Amino acid sequence: MSRVKDIISDSTLTYHQQVLALARLAENDDDSLPLEPEFEQALKEETLCDLGEGRAPYRPRYILPDYRILMEKGCEFLGLTPATDIWEACNNLLIMYKHVPSITSFPVYLGNFTDLFAPFDKDEKETKKALKMFLLHIDKTLTDSFVHANIGPKDSRVNRILLDLTKEMQLAIPNLTLLYDPEQTNDEFAKACVDCMLATSKPSFANDVMYRGDGIGNYGIASCYNALKIGGGGYTLPRIRLYNVATKAKDKDDFLHNVLPHYAQLLLRNMDSRIRYIVEESNFFKSNFLVREGFVKRENFTGMFGVVGLAECCNYLLGIKDPAKGYGHNEEAEKLGNIIMDKLESLVKEHRGLYCEGCNNQYVLHAQVGIDSDGRENSPGARIPIGVEPDLCDHIQVECKYHKYFVSGIGDIFRFDDTWNNTPDALLDIIKGAFAQGMRYFTGYNADNDVVRVTGYLVKKSEIEKLDHHEASLNNVTVFGQGARNTANALDRRIYDESSRK
Amino acid sequence: MHWIVEFMMRAPVNKIIPFSNVDGPGNRCAIFFQSCPFSCLYCHNPETIRMCRNCGKCVEKCPAEALKIEEGIVRWNESVCVNCDTCIKECEYLASPKIHFMSVEEIVEEIRKRKAFLRGITVSGGECMNQSAFLLELFKEVKKLGLTCLIDSNGYYDFENYPELMELCDGVMLDVKAVDPAFHQELCGCSNEIVLKNLDYLLKIHKLEEVRTVILPHFDEQNEKTVCYVSKKIKNQSRYKLIRYRKYGVRKEGLRKLGEENVSQEYMEPYKQICFKNGNKQSVII
Repeated sequence: MSRVKDIISDSTLTYHQQVLALARLAENDDDSLPLEPEFEQALKEETLCDLGEGRAPYRPRYILPDYRILMEKGCEFLGLTPATDIWEACNNLLIMYKHVPSITSFPVYLGNFTDLFAPFDKDEKETKKALKMFLLHIDKTLTDSFVHANIGPKDSRVNRILLDLTKEMQLAIPNLTLLYDPEQTNDEFAKACVDCMLATSKPSFANDVMYRGDGIGNYGIASCYNALKIGGGGYTLPRIRLYNVATKAKDKDDFLHNVLPHYAQLLLRNMDSRIRYIVEESNFFKSNFLVREGFVKRENFTGMFGVVGLAECCNYLLGIKDPAKGYGHNEEAEKLGNIIMDKLESLVKEHRGLYCEGCNNQYVLHAQVGIDSDGRENSPGARIPIGVEPDLCDHIQVECKYHKYFVSGIGDIFRFDDTWNNTPDALLDIIKGAFAQGMRYFTGYNADNDVVRVTGYLVKKSEIEKLDHHEASLNNVTVFGQGARNTANALDRRIYDESSRK
Repeated sequence: MHWIVEFMMRAPVNKIIPFSNVDGPGNRCAIFFQSCPFSCLYCHNPETIRMCRNCGKCVEKCPAEALKIEEGIVRWNESVCVNCDTCIKECEYLASPKIHFMSVEEIVEEIRKRKAFLRGITVSGGECMNQSAFLLELFKEVKKLGLTCLIDSNGYYDFENYPELMELCDGVMLDVKAVDPAFHQELCGCSNEIVLKNLDYLLKIHKLEEVRTVILPHFDEQNEKTVCYVSKKIKNQSRYKLIRYRKYGVRKEGLRKLGEENVSQEYMEPYKQICFKNGNKQSVII
């Protein structure tokens, strides 16, 4: 059967998913973007991965429009005037969202709801009604869990309404992050977020103090947990699979001095040519209204250098066969992790990035959350492999060692039993401790939830079951959740519970 | 304390739980000391009740050869232990060979590693007040880390006799297992006279963090008596945890006396109502 016909006859795809799949097919059939033969070889042997960005990129991967401009000035191209009440605010945003491109064709950043809605929250009942429709509209039309909104850091009535609605509605979309700063975010609000997170797997907590300290400027959390400049974004996110790269090395020294630099540079050059293509060849930065009206500026974009498989790479180079005795449980492996990341960080920083003047002309490291074809050989970013997670305390402390490198995002997911539902205080203590020790991003959920976080995005377990039964799921991402469950045991994280007492 | 005493001082530690969300407010490091003057029928960790007598029975049964007798003392090799708990099941004396004798400094080091994540520590057991002199030194050090110190106790020891420790500690979580003296004796093998005195004393000095009572199946009258007494005493001055009896981990003689059924949520409601009526709005069912 032809690939087109496969898509047309697939009963698990909705109409919209078919359109996107067909478009992607066409995009991937083209070869406008020249690739180095060595890069093509690396794709084949799976040391590097282009994360499905194809060879004809026609938009930056992630775009974070500055929606405050929409609120203040409206949008000429869309014929929108500044909103005067909560209904117009919701309507303007919903219209604009449908015109924000991305790799998924859905907007990966919806703005900071706390700030965007604050001026329009006049009557609690009316705000709640408007936001309820707003959230429902998003879940049913922006059908992709990489659609991501931010709240915080300060408490407000809008936030509390959003948390209430999130718990009440139990929707996988949008992804939600609290920008958490213990100086600005009061404990009551933070605890309400913990409570909501355990019940619905969102919001996650972003270490606002750390992100601001990195000098990234005015940033938002988009897609899974990508920290990027508002009014900018990320052009591209190809990845290095560290485990596969390690298998090409004779030994540790060969890896650090020859093999790793070789593949890193190959990837950096690919990022250069991809970014050049997006900026110089595609029409986005020339004619898209987001650029023309200043919602985004080209210099605020950068390239994201994706990393997976640090744990397995360290174990491999040290000849550790049993992951339960390796990275996460083994100081030598963790020290090697730091040496590798120091090296990789310097390689990326030394490379002069293209078209990213607002980001010091540098690309940024990103601990990518993995895709189902990574299987069990490359855990996401710098995470400890699922199945060998140590005690919660050690788990956090080991991973904290690597968070400093990944300025455009890293995080892990912790699964809790229901005793934690009654003790948001205790979980907030842990989050505060983790952030004080250098963790960038923390997310958790209750083991019994329907909405669960797979590797960074949210899906409903009940929707995965639909796919298992060959029925369609409205959310484009459910299929990734099914894959990650099947190949990477991503729904079988250790549950932190009373049984850890045994 | 003389330095040599301090140097020699070690306490039997059954377990340290680095992060606990169920041993007092916030995230806490919980330290469980070995040995207890009570031997409650429903104890969930009966292996913490007594000290090992070095009889050596467990040594023979250990499938991992993690136990051996050296100079008449049972030694545990933690690195080869598979935590199958065969030793605990074999022990006829409600003891465990799997304990560490730790110094204050060693425990503090465990706490220090995790300090950023913790609101405080909780000492429990067994009965941690069996180690009261050790606790005093431990608390002095833990306070230097800026953490709070809670005592989880069955109330066997009269807290009024430990003014320095009471001064340092941030609160006591007290078990009141039964108010009726004869029933308490039957249940725990000890008098409750000091327990009830402690309830009054801790209220008076504002160090009562919470009170706990296990609600039993088949003993409605005793349950009611205890819940009434405690809730009237504490009113709304402290949290009152009503714990459902669960059969898990309970030894045979306990199951014979108390039954094999777990107490349901519905069964608990009337007791919560009693608390409410007596002015305790902080009662929680666990």
